[in-house]
Amino acid sequence: MVFWPRKRNIRSAFLRADGRGHISVDLLEKLAILTDAAKYDVACTSSGVDRSGQAGKVGSAVASGICHSFASDGRCISLLKVLMTNQCIYDCKYCVNRVSRDTPRAAFAPRELADLTINFYRRNYIEGLFLSSGVMKNPDYTTERMIQTIEVLRNEYSFNGYLHVKAIPGTDNALIRRMGLLADRMSVNIELPSESGLGVLAPQKKPEAILRPMALIRSGMEENTSDLALYRHAPKFVPAGQSTQLIIGATPDSDHKILSLSQGLYNKYKLKRVFFSAYNPVVEDPLLPSVFSAPPLLREHRLYQADWLMRFYGFSAGEIVDAKSPNMNLAIDPKCNWALRHLEEFPIEVNRASYDRLLRVPGVGVMSARRIVQARRAGSLDFEGLRKLGVVLKRAKFFITCQGKISEGVVIQPDTVLRGLLSKNDLSMLPAVAGEQLSFTDVPDMARIMGGVPVSTFGYLPEERTGQNAGQFEFGIHI
Amino acid sequence: MQDNSNLVYIYDGTLEGFLCCVYESYVRKEIPTDIRTEDGQIHIIEQTQWIHTDLDHAEKIYESIDRKIALEAQDFIKNAFLTCVEDREILMYRFIRQGYHYGRSVFDRLTDPTVDRLTKAVRNLQRESHSFMGFVRFALYDGVMVSCIAPKNRVLPLLSTHFANRYPDETFLIYDKTHKMAIVHKPEGTLLTAMTHLTLPPIEDAEEAYRTLWRCFHSTIAIEERRNPKCQMNHMPKRFWEEMTELTAP
Repeated sequence: MVFWPRKRNIRSAFLRADGRGHISVDLLEKLAILTDAAKYDVACTSSGVDRSGQAGKVGSAVASGICHSFASDGRCISLLKVLMTNQCIYDCKYCVNRVSRDTPRAAFAPRELADLTINFYRRNYIEGLFLSSGVMKNPDYTTERMIQTIEVLRNEYSFNGYLHVKAIPGTDNALIRRMGLLADRMSVNIELPSESGLGVLAPQKKPEAILRPMALIRSGMEENTSDLALYRHAPKFVPAGQSTQLIIGATPDSDHKILSLSQGLYNKYKLKRVFFSAYNPVVEDPLLPSVFSAPPLLREHRLYQADWLMRFYGFSAGEIVDAKSPNMNLAIDPKCNWALRHLEEFPIEVNRASYDRLLRVPGVGVMSARRIVQARRAGSLDFEGLRKLGVVLKRAKFFITCQGKISEGVVIQPDTVLRGLLSKNDLSMLPAVAGEQLSFTDVPDMARIMGGVPVSTFGYLPEERTGQNAGQFEFGIHI
Repeated sequence: MQDNSNLVYIYDGTLEGFLCCVYESYVRKEIPTDIRTEDGQIHIIEQTQWIHTDLDHAEKIYESIDRKIALEAQDFIKNAFLTCVEDREILMYRFIRQGYHYGRSVFDRLTDPTVDRLTKAVRNLQRESHSFMGFVRFALYDGVMVSCIAPKNRVLPLLSTHFANRYPDETFLIYDKTHKMAIVHKPEGTLLTAMTHLTLPPIEDAEEAYRTLWRCFHSTIAIEERRNPKCQMNHMPKRFWEEMTELTAP
């Protein structure tokens, strides 16, 4: 039996309990409710697939993805990100759409949402649709409604733009395959990085139900690759790959656990992206951080930096954090932190070092490393030249030599280097308590800064609350 | 070659005209210090030389860029001509000269002042064009999609390819206020044309309804606890906002 709470303000925005009743709420209200319910999902990229337009069809896809706008929180808007419905049979503690929450409910009719999408698309508001959903009745029923929507788009409206759909855990395999042939990207949200967290906060969800569709999508993509080799026009299965999302800070999972899990997902499940979402305390629950605690944005930022290091810079999770110091140092970015702990590897000579070695230098990114390799073919590089190539010398100068020379006035000693690496921005992002520990006018507490700041201030769950379960199982994936 | 310290070439402002400047400089064995269009100001000590546009000469130079430098150099020069750098012509001229000398590896000379500035200008053009692929907003007037933009670089030729590919069966118009140009696309083909002004009829009701829906989506999708207008403006500077539905009041 499903309970639909009543709400005062928004008139008739509710569905009848059978979930089938058509809603008389006007489209604007519905859009507001179902956008609001979808906003915590972070993945909104439209990248990964290059598809040219075709006569008779509407739309195309660009491999790099296109941002169409930016919201006032600075996040990119690329896709129309909405839920099919925000009614849900589950009661996951961290979720705004959980069944026991008093909130207005609504649902799109498939054709209604397809109409909205195609009209937004023609006006170049969006790159496509990102469709997720609360679980209405059961996973299969929900998925069927989502499939109806994208079928109208693809088959009736000849929509050739980007589609990202969520695979609902527990959905029948056949439905997931049907979805995969229509969508560009699919994702299954893991949400909580450990089985223990899942057990406490989302007891109705089982890790198996999450990993099964992931494995299915992966094997679908692999089969598709061999089909495509045989038949050029075989329909493409999830051509832009799959992604997932992890909530940061709702459970006491360490950065080590999160990054090892990400690495496992990239390697074993061939994921394109793992997204991190700083937990935004919206629900008061004794098992969750208080609603007054701020979302751990800095930690989320550092995790994304680490994710980039793993995907583009050839770092492994173990180089960034390990079991001994399982959390990243929030005061400093993970690449600088690694370099500081490996001063013996530096300085390197930019005119000779390999591309992989250049990538390890703080202040040198993928683009500038490529440009260094390109430009030194034409002649030897000096510091001024590096600046032109986009190298951030403020950080890089501690780790490199040009034509055998170290940048003028640079002293390479751990504490001077550290001081030079910390930006004002880094310091201002730190919460006040940690900021005080970092005032260098007093005794710089090297051990503390290098080893990491205490984490309890960043929206963690006190250990004792879930401590009894923590650390028993890793999340179904051998790490 | 004679390096004439105050010789200025004047041309008609077309890419062909510019290529003829390159041609003439080799024929006359002289190196101009600047290349400008007629409407540019001329300093009293400068010696000006009007360069006549001859399509055969232009073709010769254009073809030589592929043959003596690299195939991608043709695209690079075409793009460089669309950038908003004030002295783009003389930079392009110097780039081509260097290209004749070094061949393909002129692209590796990233620390050379000319190559550095020109590659950055082209990168800037491409970045702006990519931004507009997202930031262009169409409004429907009787089935015709119309958009107005105010770019710094001449991005229309790049946008034209993208949008013609995306909406092959639609009729649309994108008007560039800054450079008084427009692209008009119909299923039969695309046209780049000069356009001095654009007057539009009042907005239709259905159009207004979609604008309202889009504004609603844009304001609802933001998470209040993560509010960060600085980050928003970094990604989408204010100069774009004027023509964007969701960022202008109804």
